Amino acid sequence: MDYIVILIAAVFVNNIVLSQFLGICPFLGVSNKISTSVGMAGAVMFVMTIATTATYLLHNYILLPAGLDYLRTITFILVIAALVQMVEIILKKVSPPLYQALGVFLPLITTNCAVLGVAILALGLENSSLLKAVFFAFSNSLGFGLALIVFASIREYLELANIPEGMKGVPINLLVAGLLSLAFLGFTGLV
Amino acid sequence: MANTIDQKQNFLKGIVKENPIFVMLLGMCPTLGVTSSAFNGFGMGVATLFVLLMSNTVVSLVKSQIPSKVRIPAFIIIIASFVTIVEMVLEAYIPFLYEQLGIFIPLIVVNCLILGRAEAFASKNDLKSSVLDALGMGLGFVLALTVLGITREILGNGSIFDYKFVSEDANTFILFILPPGAFIALAYLSILFNKLTAKTA
Repeated sequence: MDYIVILIAAVFVNNIVLSQFLGICPFLGVSNKISTSVGMAGAVMFVMTIATTATYLLHNYILLPAGLDYLRTITFILVIAALVQMVEIILKKVSPPLYQALGVFLPLITTNCAVLGVAILALGLENSSLLKAVFFAFSNSLGFGLALIVFASIREYLELANIPEGMKGVPINLLVAGLLSLAFLGFTGLV
Repeated sequence: MANTIDQKQNFLKGIVKENPIFVMLLGMCPTLGVTSSAFNGFGMGVATLFVLLMSNTVVSLVKSQIPSKVRIPAFIIIIASFVTIVEMVLEAYIPFLYEQLGIFIPLIVVNCLILGRAEAFASKNDLKSSVLDALGMGLGFVLALTVLGITREILGNGSIFDYKFVSEDANTFILFILPPGAFIALAYLSILFNKLTAKTA
């Protein structure tokens, strides 16, 4: 039951992009085509889940026992950066087709604040366990993917629309994101 | 050596011409996430300004010591150290702001603005220019966040810096302090910014 609540909360109610504002850069940056946004969503799903597993273990088994909790930010960002590099190298070797699909997005993920954000948020879960933290990260990455792909599909239609001169580019995208966020606000109270 | 006019330009560019939020679109997450009130926006802006200033200073000082292959991880460690300092200082002295900003304080580490300036500017320029660059960019960031915070607070809560100027039971656009309001307010502010800068250019 707990897990269903985590899933629904992360995907709809507290959507990581539209209500928590994490990962806005890739959300605005790589959302002009559905195909690229699917690739980005896949890469984030992959890295976010692995990164949270690693940081959760690091925090609970090394940092906390050693009383080094204040080094959290530094160690997490380094672990994520190293992990992204490693994932890139391993994918290249093990699964070239997957690397082809996700490769270009991997380096961008180090500076995706959603990954670091979820890794930190996962530490604050109630009665947390490794499984719960990993599931939380996975649910959030689903939420990220959903928001990104929906936004990209709207933007593809936007290409054809007749937009006033002053609103072209960033402003219209922000407005669309605002309306999308308004739609997600309707899920409040679901869990 | 760069002359004084050059330095003035260098300082001013961050505030209008290359404003990190309205023009470069760097550091959008904290911009949207914490600006539900003017004070939070301002606090976040100042915290970021401090980290940016310190990281630009240090990067500029040690740039010749860092092998270029590992420069990005090195920059990240420098930035993360200052973010940790900010985190500890805020927690100790301004716990109210620390709670309000929450997750966005450690996330200053991944603010693209800071790494962007370290990589694009401080790693190539001398100390004085780097400091001025950080001050200009940082002030541009503070300004943008404060303006967005003020706008959202006026519309959503009927107050400025917690000073309420409408009666307690007045209807306000609560939408603007909710998440969608962040996107919508920033959209209209950037239209306004484009309009104003287009005229002066």
